[in-house]
Amino acid sequence: MIRLTWRQFQAGALVALAALAALGAVLGATGSGMADDYTRGLAAAGGNCNDPISQCREFREAFWQEHQYGFLGTILLLLLLPALIGLFWGAPLITRELETRTLWLIWNQSITRNRWLAVKLTVVGLAGMAVAGIAALLVNWWTSPLDKTDTVDWPRMGPLMFPTRGLAVIGYAAFAFALGVVVGMLVKRTLPAMAITLLVFAAVQIAMPMLVRPNYQAPVSESMTYTMDNVDDLGLSESGEMHMSTKPPEAGSWVLVNRTVDSAGNPVGDFIQLPAEAMAGPCGREAKMEDCVAEVNRLGYRQELVYQPIGRFWTFQWIEFGIFFGLALALGAFSFWWVRKRLV
Amino acid sequence: MSPVLRARALGKKYTQRWALQNCNLNVPAGRVVGLVGPNGAGKSTLLNLATGMLTPTAGTIEVCGGRPAADVTQLTRVGFVAQDAPVYTGLRVRDHLDLGRHLNPAWNDEIAQERIKRIGLDPKQRAGKLSGGQRAQLALTLGIAKQPELLILDEPVAALDPLARREFMQSLMESVAEQEMSVILSSHLVSDVERTCDYLIVLVDSRVQVAGDMEELLAQHYRLVGPRRDTSTVPADQQIISESHTDKQTTLLIRTESAVLDPSWTVTQLGLEDVVLAYMQGSKSTREERPQLEVLR
Repeated sequence: MIRLTWRQFQAGALVALAALAALGAVLGATGSGMADDYTRGLAAAGGNCNDPISQCREFREAFWQEHQYGFLGTILLLLLLPALIGLFWGAPLITRELETRTLWLIWNQSITRNRWLAVKLTVVGLAGMAVAGIAALLVNWWTSPLDKTDTVDWPRMGPLMFPTRGLAVIGYAAFAFALGVVVGMLVKRTLPAMAITLLVFAAVQIAMPMLVRPNYQAPVSESMTYTMDNVDDLGLSESGEMHMSTKPPEAGSWVLVNRTVDSAGNPVGDFIQLPAEAMAGPCGREAKMEDCVAEVNRLGYRQELVYQPIGRFWTFQWIEFGIFFGLALALGAFSFWWVRKRLV
Repeated sequence: MSPVLRARALGKKYTQRWALQNCNLNVPAGRVVGLVGPNGAGKSTLLNLATGMLTPTAGTIEVCGGRPAADVTQLTRVGFVAQDAPVYTGLRVRDHLDLGRHLNPAWNDEIAQERIKRIGLDPKQRAGKLSGGQRAQLALTLGIAKQPELLILDEPVAALDPLARREFMQSLMESVAEQEMSVILSSHLVSDVERTCDYLIVLVDSRVQVAGDMEELLAQHYRLVGPRRDTSTVPADQQIISESHTDKQTTLLIRTESAVLDPSWTVTQLGLEDVVLAYMQGSKSTREERPQLEVLR
């Protein structure tokens, strides 16, 4: 049965292997050069990277800008890869045997359906997880200098980076594959099964960061006074409307809430209305930014930050992997039950 | 000898429609059974129930003494060549034989190789490139080399041209003669069954109309032609299967185990085709009566 599964799966496996080899070649050819550039550039730039206005920071920003398309490309690739495994390996796994009616051939050999399904799910499912794992490993190695730039808009805990780093990718692949198999069993036709698999997988991937992932552990809440180091964004109009936001203490953290509250602790909405005295004094046209920030603090405004710190990255990765791998196992169990009861 | 297929009040309902109803069968072992009936009568449903591809909605079915596809032993006992003889189009002929060898404990590789050679199949040929007849032969080879107690074939020759049809039936019958194997094959054509089968099941309109030894059945069916008369005057041991009347004349097709003694009838024996047609017509006329019954209620 393993041999037959392999024969059926051969073409798909070869495509995946070729794609991995191509990815490895491209990333391998550019990756070590990029890492060297980063180390050398950083040494040349000098300065303290903890200082928000430093040559070090400037270099890192420029370095990211220079490689951003490759960076975004790898993120897109890793977001799509599990879906592709679900679509092209999961969904057709059973539907193709139904459509070509080979199920009537194979189910009448001296092998139980349980064993038939177990072999198919294990061989192709493990292959899918392996492909996802290897791709993630390659990409994670390639992007490591870019990840070190700690670009504010792309925190590693954030909704787009988190699912493309570490273990989670493997969990998604297992889930997407099992989802494809089960949808295929229920729908019985390959194309609709592929479409539904894609929709469901996309919905789950959108729902996770919005509804589920923020709650793995209670997020950290902090009420911050403004300093020149932590202010991320500062906007001030002529009439004294001011917008503020701050960075979390550790770069790479996932900021869930970033809002300004007044001295009574009530949220102020998008803008602080600075009084006329402030506009004439410390926040006036000629004043220094430090003085204006200090004035905002003196007026009692604070920035309320709710975030998942980067220190929890691996805890969250394991939880995410556990959830998706658990879902995959549950779908797998369902498929065994369904095959016994009512597939045909 | 224990029956090779036994069904008790067997029924299968799809979402709306009963495909098979109240089916009772006791098919003895060692026979070549022809399952005949028009398209859509429920033949495939019955055979899929017998192989465990479907589970019954009502009643029970036993094949070779066990529940279909219950375990490996049971799967070993029954071979199935499904409708349109499905094979893996991407795999070679050789791969199919490998598959059969690895997945069946009782596989006889000599038989398989010998058959492939005799049919003239190239082991390196991809199954997707085979003609309909060759594909059916490959599927049959898998079924036969598995050496089951019962081989089930669902419309094995429906898609074949007359020559391929004859070759297929011939090679099937040769193998049956060589191995001690019961066979059930379905067809919507009586001629496929006539020459090869010694046991007949007629399935019309989701119901088994008649089942039994072919010769006995042929000996028990008669056409009676005589002056017009009321069918209620026919003796009770003469089961009327279909009837037709003109102003002056009545024609009955009946089944009876005793001789027809009434001298007013002209009695003729029926061929297989006539018997099957009679059951199909008989079923049609009862079906046409049904709406009237509903109105009366």
